[in-house]
Amino acid sequence: MNSLVFRLTLPILFGYLPLGMAFGVLFTTQLDYAWWAAPLMGVVIYAGAGQILAVSLLAANAGLLEVFIAMFVLNARHLFYGLSLLGQFRGAGWRKLYLIFGLTDETYSLLTSRPRSQDTTHELDVDFRITAFNQVYWVIGCVLGALLGRNVAFDSTGIEFALVALFIVLTIEQLKALGDAFPVWAGAAAAGIAMLLLPPAHQLIGAIAIVTAVLLLQYRNLRANHQAEGNNHV
Amino acid sequence: MSETTYLVAFIAVAATATFATRIIPFLFFERHTEHPLVKHLGRYLPAAVMALLATVYLQRSGDWTATAPGLDAILAGVLVVIIHLWRRNALLSIAAGTGAYMLIRQTGVLNTGLFG
Repeated sequence: MNSLVFRLTLPILFGYLPLGMAFGVLFTTQLDYAWWAAPLMGVVIYAGAGQILAVSLLAANAGLLEVFIAMFVLNARHLFYGLSLLGQFRGAGWRKLYLIFGLTDETYSLLTSRPRSQDTTHELDVDFRITAFNQVYWVIGCVLGALLGRNVAFDSTGIEFALVALFIVLTIEQLKALGDAFPVWAGAAAAGIAMLLLPPAHQLIGAIAIVTAVLLLQYRNLRANHQAEGNNHV
Repeated sequence: MSETTYLVAFIAVAATATFATRIIPFLFFERHTEHPLVKHLGRYLPAAVMALLATVYLQRSGDWTATAPGLDAILAGVLVVIIHLWRRNALLSIAAGTGAYMLIRQTGVLNTGLFG
């Protein structure tokens, strides 16, 4: 099973190693704290964009309340991920808490797009291993980056694009799995509106709020059409 | 507060805030999984959020003050799309796009190569 999980998570490995390294390099080159605090954050926080934001908050000696609000808002998109996995995680037992803890963007998209069999226990075990593998990749990236940032000078300019490329690939995969382009256009348009109207720090949550509103409207229209059709048949 | 105490407190607070965003749906919506609205969001939200993240981060990687604004990110992004539609190999698509972007950024080819 582990080789199947490794194959499934290979694209995440490729995304997390460079991004974790980018975070580690950033941490050790911008801050004076011990290098191992970088992988420690990978273990207990485990959020890519969140940890990168944390470096600038640490550098600014931000107050703890501000830290809480900033991290909560930045990661607020995760609130919506859980909603679609409520059913899937049911019956996961002791694994459930870790499945929830490890619900990053990439893990979420893997868990929601991979094919599943009828064997729920087996599939939840695969979900659990996917989550654990991904976090191991992330922490390894944090370690390598922290050590690299301390010891070697190399030109890693632009390596952070791996994250963008990963999101593009995941969008294409979601599109192919769904067979409906509407949410993709809605998501891109919501991002465009948020980027025009909001400062960078609030764009992600703003775009998520907009696209959620659009999906709620779509839901209402679908229900209305459905009921109208039902009435015609009567 | 000493430096180490601050760092430990910082990490604890950041970890709590992040975990809160992940566990809240499971604490408060557990009984509504069969609700058609939850199913609707579960079906369409993943694709919408991925497209949204791709758009926001693509925009952030672009140099919008360059001679050709944002072309660095757009070229690399288009390359990812083309290669992914062609081979559908995530590793290859990501490596090609990231490599192209690093090359563009480090050589400054878009600013000097075409016009210099």
